[in-house]
Amino acid sequence: MKVEWEGKNYEFEKPMQVSRLLEELSLSREAHLVVANSKLVTEDHKLGIDDDIRVIRVISGG
Amino acid sequence: MKCRVCGQPASINLRSYKTALCDSDFIAFFEKRVATTIKKYRLIAEGDVPIVAVSGGKDSLSLWHLMNKLGIPCDGIYIDLGIEGYSDKSLDKIKKVAETLKRKVYVFPIGSVFDRGIDGLAKAIRRVPCSACGMIKRYMMNRICMDKGYNVLVTGHNLDDEASALFGNILYWKKEYLWKKDIALEAKEGHLSRKVKPFFLCSEREAAAYAIMSGIDYVYEECPFSMGAKSLTYKGMLNKLEEKSPGTKLMFLKGYLRALKERTKNEIDLQEETRETKYCVNCGYPSYTEKCTFCWTLEKFGLHCNIIFDEYC
Repeated sequence: MKVEWEGKNYEFEKPMQVSRLLEELSLSREAHLVVANSKLVTEDHKLGIDDDIRVIRVISGG
Repeated sequence: MKCRVCGQPASINLRSYKTALCDSDFIAFFEKRVATTIKKYRLIAEGDVPIVAVSGGKDSLSLWHLMNKLGIPCDGIYIDLGIEGYSDKSLDKIKKVAETLKRKVYVFPIGSVFDRGIDGLAKAIRRVPCSACGMIKRYMMNRICMDKGYNVLVTGHNLDDEASALFGNILYWKKEYLWKKDIALEAKEGHLSRKVKPFFLCSEREAAAYAIMSGIDYVYEECPFSMGAKSLTYKGMLNKLEEKSPGTKLMFLKGYLRALKERTKNEIDLQEETRETKYCVNCGYPSYTEKCTFCWTLEKFGLHCNIIFDEYC
């Protein structure tokens, strides 16, 4: 499973739920959104091995 | 997780509202919330001519899109900070939104006016980039209103921005700033435009989700100068509280707004600034000294107060 996060690509061997993916990347669910195949998905959504996944940080500073 | 309205698969879980929604129901929910905020707090009145401060980020571009969608026509103002690889990208996205909305966007290009970007300008006036950026943005966004006849400046400050700033003010007990935050800041006729924040009660997560679901192409990258900003630390702390207790940030700000309203006249008199309001002799902008910091900066570079904006339609 390929995941894009902050311009870097990560590879995961097994499919998993969105909440698990965020835990694996040590990311807050309040500060991030997950897009699977160009569509926003909730924490309980099960990501497939062939899905195109992007993690988006929603917090900006300054 | 299913959408609470239509039963289709949900796209977003809104734990602070104990609900989950699909794309179209979330868009409707978010737009209704902003419309209600505008009405409840009387942010825009009939006959107002508002302009949206845009940066190319999710909040301001969502807000610009949404205001126009709600039937409140708004042009935009962008301060081009001259940051290589960041400002041009932001401007491109802003121009595209302007084109879609068929609205005008004014641009103040720091790089060509001062012959250097915000970092070079900050060094020249001995400030850190964020401080110089804040000073120029506050000034120019007000100036566009004064010069071009807009009477309300609409900004994309969201729940997380406001809660983190309030948290910082309380943490360091900054009494001089504590009661100055509000969803609407009143005008000083002929000197300062009215400022309103329709996203005051909407989280950053909701604004980002709205942008993504509405197909708004915004700049995902963070301003390179915001790395290590205190506000990011505060936002992270508040989000940890939010994870444990959904709705905490909203209660924090709603409680603040109530407390702000309930202050007695005596308290207001004691807490308000006692210094007399003065205005810059050059441009009329509120200033504690004879000339405001912006006019002082222009003079340092041998420039005049006559400002010209780039315009794109």
